[in-house]
Amino acid sequence: MDLSYSKEDLAFRDEVRAFLAEQLPEEISSAVRAGGELTKAMMEEWHAILNTRGWLATIWPKAFGGPGWSPVQKHIFEEECCRAYAPRIVPFGLNMLGPVLIKFGSKEQQDHYLPRILDGTDWWCQGYSEPGAGSDLASLKTKAVRDGDEWVINGQKTWTTLGQHADWIFCLCRTDPDVKQQAGISFILVDMATPGIEVRPIKLIEGGHEVNEVFFTDVRVPIGNLVGEENKGWTIAKFLLTHERTGIAGVGFSMQALEEVKAIARQTLRGGKPLIEDPLFAARIAQAEIDLEAMKITNLRMLFKAQEQGAPGPETSLLKIKGTVINQELKDLARRALGPAAAPFPGHITEGNLMFGPADTEHNAARYFNNRKTSIFGGSNEIQRNIVTKTMLEL
Amino acid sequence: MDFNLTEDRQMLADTLTRFLGERYPVEHRINVAYDAPYHDPALWDQLVELGALYALAPENAGGMGGSGFDISVVFEALGKALCPEPVLGTLMASRILAAAGVGQEELLTGATKYAVGITEIDAPYELDQIATVATAKGDGFALSGRKSTVYGGQVADVILVAAKQGDGLGVFAVNVNDANVTSYGMMDGGGAVEVLLDDTPATLVLADAAAALEDAVNAGIVALCAEAVGAMDVTHATTVDYLKQRKQFGIPIGKFQVLQHRAVDMMTEIEQARSITIKAAAELGGKEASRYASMAKNMIGRAARLVAEESIQMHGGIAMTWEYAVSHYAKRLIMLDAQLGDTDYHLSQVMKGYAA
Repeated sequence: MDLSYSKEDLAFRDEVRAFLAEQLPEEISSAVRAGGELTKAMMEEWHAILNTRGWLATIWPKAFGGPGWSPVQKHIFEEECCRAYAPRIVPFGLNMLGPVLIKFGSKEQQDHYLPRILDGTDWWCQGYSEPGAGSDLASLKTKAVRDGDEWVINGQKTWTTLGQHADWIFCLCRTDPDVKQQAGISFILVDMATPGIEVRPIKLIEGGHEVNEVFFTDVRVPIGNLVGEENKGWTIAKFLLTHERTGIAGVGFSMQALEEVKAIARQTLRGGKPLIEDPLFAARIAQAEIDLEAMKITNLRMLFKAQEQGAPGPETSLLKIKGTVINQELKDLARRALGPAAAPFPGHITEGNLMFGPADTEHNAARYFNNRKTSIFGGSNEIQRNIVTKTMLEL
Repeated sequence: MDFNLTEDRQMLADTLTRFLGERYPVEHRINVAYDAPYHDPALWDQLVELGALYALAPENAGGMGGSGFDISVVFEALGKALCPEPVLGTLMASRILAAAGVGQEELLTGATKYAVGITEIDAPYELDQIATVATAKGDGFALSGRKSTVYGGQVADVILVAAKQGDGLGVFAVNVNDANVTSYGMMDGGGAVEVLLDDTPATLVLADAAAALEDAVNAGIVALCAEAVGAMDVTHATTVDYLKQRKQFGIPIGKFQVLQHRAVDMMTEIEQARSITIKAAAELGGKEASRYASMAKNMIGRAARLVAEESIQMHGGIAMTWEYAVSHYAKRLIMLDAQLGDTDYHLSQVMKGYAA
C-alpha cells in the first residue's frame, strides 16, 4: 500500500502545472471560474493550445497522436486542469468517436477523421438518445436503409449536446427491424451539412442552450460512413459506455466545488458571523468533504486496478453514482450558502454597483440546476445500478 | 501508488482469515461472546501464538509491524469473523507503552493482558474532558474517578488509565486487583468493565500523555474502521446471497429492482468506507492522522449503520433472530459507533478546521 505518487508522476504533475500556468489564457480560465457558458471560440482555442502540446487526445494510443499516458497520468492531468480552471475537453470527437474509430474504424476512416478531430476541423456531436429511447437505448427507432451506395436516414435524435456547433454527428441507427433490438443497430457517421437535417435548440431548465433535437428526413450519406460491421453498432455503443473514462467520478470538479462552497461560506454573513462558523452549515460541508476524500481514494483504487488489469471494471459505475451525488450535494451547498444572492437571473442585474454576493457567483444557481443532468446522462445512476446488479452482484 | 498489500501483510491476512474461518465459525462466536468471560480464552492464546499481536507493534518496541496497514489487516480479518477477542485494548496499550519507551514483551507474548481506560460517562470521547484525577502519593500515585465501558477489561491484568495530572494528562497503570472492577457483557458480544477508582494506587507510565493518547485513539480508530469494513463485507455478501435464495411471489427476491438498487447502494458505501480507512491507515502517525481518523470514523459510522439496517430489512424476519448470523454482525456494526468517537463527534472534529 502506497498512496503517494511516484517521483515520475510528481515530475509530470509539475510539468502540467507549469504548462497550465503558462499556456491557459486568463480570459478562458476566468470564464470557467465565472461558471457561464463558454463560447465555441474559447473551446476551440483551448483545444488548439492542447493539441500544439500533444496533450489533446489524452486517451488515444500514442500511434494515433495520443500522449501515451498511464491512467495515473491522465488522472493527474485532469486534476490539474480542474485546479487551474481550464475548460473541460469537448468529449464527442476526442473521447468518444476517436476511441471508436481506433478500435472499430477502417484504416481510411482513421486516416481521414482522426487528424481532423485533433486539429479542430470537425466538431462532432453524438446521436444516441431519442424521444422514445433514453435509458432503453436499444429501442431506438431512427432508421437507416440501404439504397445503392447510400444510407437513407429518417428519424429523430435528442439531447444532442453542443450539436449547434457540430460539423458531424455519429449516430446509432436501426438497420434491421426484424431481429432482436440489439442485433439490428449500426453506427453511422453523418455530415451535418447534408440536406434533410434540421437542428432545433432545447432550452434547458436554467435557460441555457446546450442541447438540441436533430431531425433526419431522407438524409443520404455514403455507404462508407458505416463504422464497423452492419448491425454490430450495439457493440460499439457498449464499448463507448464502458470505455475508459478516468474522469467519471468528477473528483477534480468536486474539489473545485468544495473550495467554492468554503469561499462563499467564509464571505457570507449569518447572524453577524461568517456562515462557515455556523455549526449546522459547517457540518453539511464537512460531511460532503469526507465523502469527497473517500471518493478520491476510491477513484485512485479504480485507476490502479485499471492500470494493473489494462481495463476498468464495472466499478466505474460506482464512481459515477457516488461521484455525481457528491458533486450535486456541493452545488446545492454553494447555492444555499449564497442565499438570496443566488436568486437573480444571470445577466439581469446589469448595473455593476447593484451586483451582490461574492465574486464569480452570478451563475451559481444556474450551475446547480444544470448539474442535475450529471446523474441522468451517460447512463443514468439507475442504469448504473442495474449494471452493477448484473455484473458485480450477479442478481 | 500501489493498492496491493505487501507480500508479508497479504500472508498475515490470509493466515488470520483461514485460522478464524476454521477455528471460529460464527455459531461458536455466538456461543462464547455473550457469556463471561465474553470471549474464547483458548482462541486468544492461539491468536497470540500466531503472532497477531506482534503485527500491532513496531520493531523498536519489539514487534514486527505497527503501521496503519498492519493494524488494518489484522482487524479486517477479526471483523470478518466478528471476533470479540480483546485485541483493541492490546493495540492501544501497545501504542502508549511504545510512546513511553517501556518494553512490551509481556504484552506481545500475551503474558500480561492490557486494557485502556480513557472513556468516562461524561467524557465518552473527549480527552480534554477527562475528570479522573491523579495525585502523588508516597513513591507512586493514587487515582480517583470512574472509567466506563473499558473494552476487554474483563480479562485484563493491567488497565492503563488516562487521568488528569496537574494541567496535563498522564497515563497510569492500575493493577486490576487494586481497583473496584465490575465486568459485564455487551449488546454486540464481547465484554467490558467499569473501574471505580478511589485513591487507588497506580504507577505512572507516561506524563504529558495527550499526544500519545491521541495516537492510541487514532490507531484504535483505524482498527475499528478496518473491523467494520470486514464485518460489512461479510454482511453484504450474506445479504446478496440471501436475495438469490429467498423466493417470494414465485421468484428470488433479488429479481426485484427495489432490492437490487439498495444492495448496490450498500456496496457503494462499503467501497467508500474501505477507501477512507485506507487513507486513515496511510496517515496514521503523521501530522494529519487525527483529521483523517475523524473522517474515517464518521464515514464508517454512516456506512455501518446503513449496512446493518438495510441488511436486516432486506432479509426480513430471519435477520431479527438470534440464530441468524446477520443479526450479530448488525449489532456489532451499530455499536462500534460508540467506541472512540461516534459519527457526530468526528464530524465536529472535521469542522473545527473551518473556522480559521
